[in-house]
Amino acid sequence: MLAVEMRHITKRFPGVLADDDVSFDVRQGEIHALMGENGAGKSVLMSILSGLYRPDSGEILVDGRPVKFASPLDAIGAGIGMVFQSFKLFPSLTVAENVVFREEPTRHGLYDKRAAAAIVTQIAERYGLAVDPAAVTGSLPVGVLQRVEIIKALYRKAKVLILDEPTAVLTPQETDRLFEVLRSLQADGHTIILITHKMREVMAISERVTVLRDGRVVARLNTAETTGEEITRLMTGRDIDLEQSPPKSAPGAPVLEVSGLTCRQAGQKPAVDNVSLTVRAGEIVGIAGVAGNGQSELAEAIAGLRAADAGTVRIAGTDVTAGSVKVRRAAGLSYIPEDRHAVGTAPDADVASNLAMGHHRRPPLLQHGLLKRARLADFAQRLVDRFGIKVAGTGVLARTLSGGNLQKIVVARELDYASPLLIAEQPTRGVDIGAIAAIHKEIADYRDGGGGVLLISAELSEILSLSGRILVMFEGRIVADLEAAATNEAELGLLMAGGELAGAGKEAQS
Amino acid sequence: MSGFFDAALVESIVRALIPVLFAALGALLCDRAGVFNIALEGQLLIGCFGAVAGSYFTGSAVVGVIAAVLAASVFSLILSYGSVTRKAEPIVLGVAMNILAVGITSFLIDAVFHVRGVFQDPAIAGLHHFAIPGLVRIPWIGPALFNLTILGYLGLLLVPATSIVLFRTPLGMRLRGVGERPLAAETLGVSPASYQYGAVTASGVLCGLAGAQLALGNVVQFAENMSAGRGWIAVVAVMLAKDKPYATLGAALLFGSTEAIGFRLQGEGLAVQITDAAPYVVTLIALLFAARSFRRQRAAATVA
Repeated sequence: MLAVEMRHITKRFPGVLADDDVSFDVRQGEIHALMGENGAGKSVLMSILSGLYRPDSGEILVDGRPVKFASPLDAIGAGIGMVFQSFKLFPSLTVAENVVFREEPTRHGLYDKRAAAAIVTQIAERYGLAVDPAAVTGSLPVGVLQRVEIIKALYRKAKVLILDEPTAVLTPQETDRLFEVLRSLQADGHTIILITHKMREVMAISERVTVLRDGRVVARLNTAETTGEEITRLMTGRDIDLEQSPPKSAPGAPVLEVSGLTCRQAGQKPAVDNVSLTVRAGEIVGIAGVAGNGQSELAEAIAGLRAADAGTVRIAGTDVTAGSVKVRRAAGLSYIPEDRHAVGTAPDADVASNLAMGHHRRPPLLQHGLLKRARLADFAQRLVDRFGIKVAGTGVLARTLSGGNLQKIVVARELDYASPLLIAEQPTRGVDIGAIAAIHKEIADYRDGGGGVLLISAELSEILSLSGRILVMFEGRIVADLEAAATNEAELGLLMAGGELAGAGKEAQS
Repeated sequence: MSGFFDAALVESIVRALIPVLFAALGALLCDRAGVFNIALEGQLLIGCFGAVAGSYFTGSAVVGVIAAVLAASVFSLILSYGSVTRKAEPIVLGVAMNILAVGITSFLIDAVFHVRGVFQDPAIAGLHHFAIPGLVRIPWIGPALFNLTILGYLGLLLVPATSIVLFRTPLGMRLRGVGERPLAAETLGVSPASYQYGAVTASGVLCGLAGAQLALGNVVQFAENMSAGRGWIAVVAVMLAKDKPYATLGAALLFGSTEAIGFRLQGEGLAVQITDAAPYVVTLIALLFAARSFRRQRAAATVA
């Protein structure tokens, strides 16, 4: 019995064929993974199924009956609920208000707060989705917001739940909890479609997989009969090896020495609390931690974007504690910031300008105080070629690029400095697997070329595969310093949650 | 100065407060729906003219009020059509509407009534004041609060009414949702455009009532540019009150007091130029505070 069947769906946007004759079906009560690289057409396909877009051609059947969705409301009416990657919640409303929005329980014409809270509690308890109905959503962490979105869909009687990259924002522990929820929903007869490109999760939870590439279905597989390598090959059209070779030489002189660094914040615990660390030439030091435990603040304090209240920072031997960003960059810092849209690039500038930023201060781009347009274009083209950035030309605006290509621009620009020190913050967040492999290789090459890297990532597999040493950050402090080869995801997950390791493996310092 | 703060002063404070309050509640609804309405000044002026014209030609104050409401709400369609349907910048539209309103009314006062500057005529029926027996005898606040025009009572009652609608009904919840995250509302089948049209039209109705109160209640005449910045003050009042109904009443009270006290000081011999400037000085000071809390709010929003 098919819960959803999409037949020969084609959707065209100006200049792009997003979905090209895609047929996709999901069985009643299964967890189905929809996979593909960014731009493969999976989000568009699911937006069609959830009524956000209308297909140019093709038909949709729900429970065997043909349906036409003119709006998301129609899709909800047919029992299809979507949990978007960017949550569609109202920050100033409470959890309960968000859940019942437009389907509010009323009493004497007034909104019935108590009934709404009861509805939320009932759904939450049934599927193990812990939320406080009275909490204002604007103040809640993303893991909870996701649960609110799921409850919202269930309240609207969704039988088919579509989750778009649901684990992108979750810690390993939260991911496990989400999967428990999904399994209990499945046990209750719900059908779940998971859009993702994380192989481990697909193998762990799905029954079937549909793989899209360039807007076409390239495979329909039973998860039990396939492997991660096969799916990756289908998604990208080639073999991708995310394993990195170990460093070619032993670490050299220190390129970053941080000592006793502290960043206070008003009314709260210090964001960065007496952190000391050293990164040497030719090594990658990973910082693992649940988002919000001071990693971003630490990176900003080292980069000079945040004032430190105590401690010192030395870059390639120069004390830059009091220095501006410019001073630090001159001393030998490159920085891939966490937010590539707001900090890493200028969205309204073209690709060439974005690649030249910083490099524009000195020859050959600058001559007699003026920028050389022709050299700038050559310079940009060289980086585009070297890093395999997919753009129509270096004159297109940065805002038109996909996340992966935008990130490649930041990485290309920063690595081209060939500075002694690179701080890489979430270098592959939200980019597809092909781009991840390319960026990982560039970072490893940079290390082998004698650069020192401080890698901050929420992706434990990334930390484990790239780093030589791993520091775990919890509540602003470094709570563990481990050899990457001697640890694993489970151990790191425990430390990240504030736990302690049993036995002698612990080398925590504070 | 012993007789400075007397019952008459309280009365004139309330009188000055009502039109600002109406306009401010209109601004509040627009803000909540996500349309920044700075066309209130123009809407108010059009309302004044509609009220006087309606009342003069029919001899009925009620028709005057209806004409004011109609004129101001039709005028407000420029803002809703422009900013909601055509996605134009509401600030640019608002500025244009305010200039347009001055132009239209100056033209019409000449074309229709054949006078310049001020149109005053015994044929214009003003709004009656209804004293509530008993209550009106309460010293100080009695004459101020319980001897108002129908519109005066309505304006004061609209404060709790707005609060209830906004925070305790599904309609209000959806309006707030639309203003905050229009896309999220749309995915749930709530059309932001219709709520925004509704809010802007409501602001038209409220500015019409404000205009009627001003031109048929506070005085009985139409004067060129007689809104005299009250629409702008309403914009600031709502910013200061952060879109909360009761706080809006408080802010309107502040500006009403400034106007009434300024007027009284004028009677005491203070230069007109100084007393006339008083509401605007208060506006500037209030804006400084509002800007500061605005920034803080925005900072908090980005953190969230």
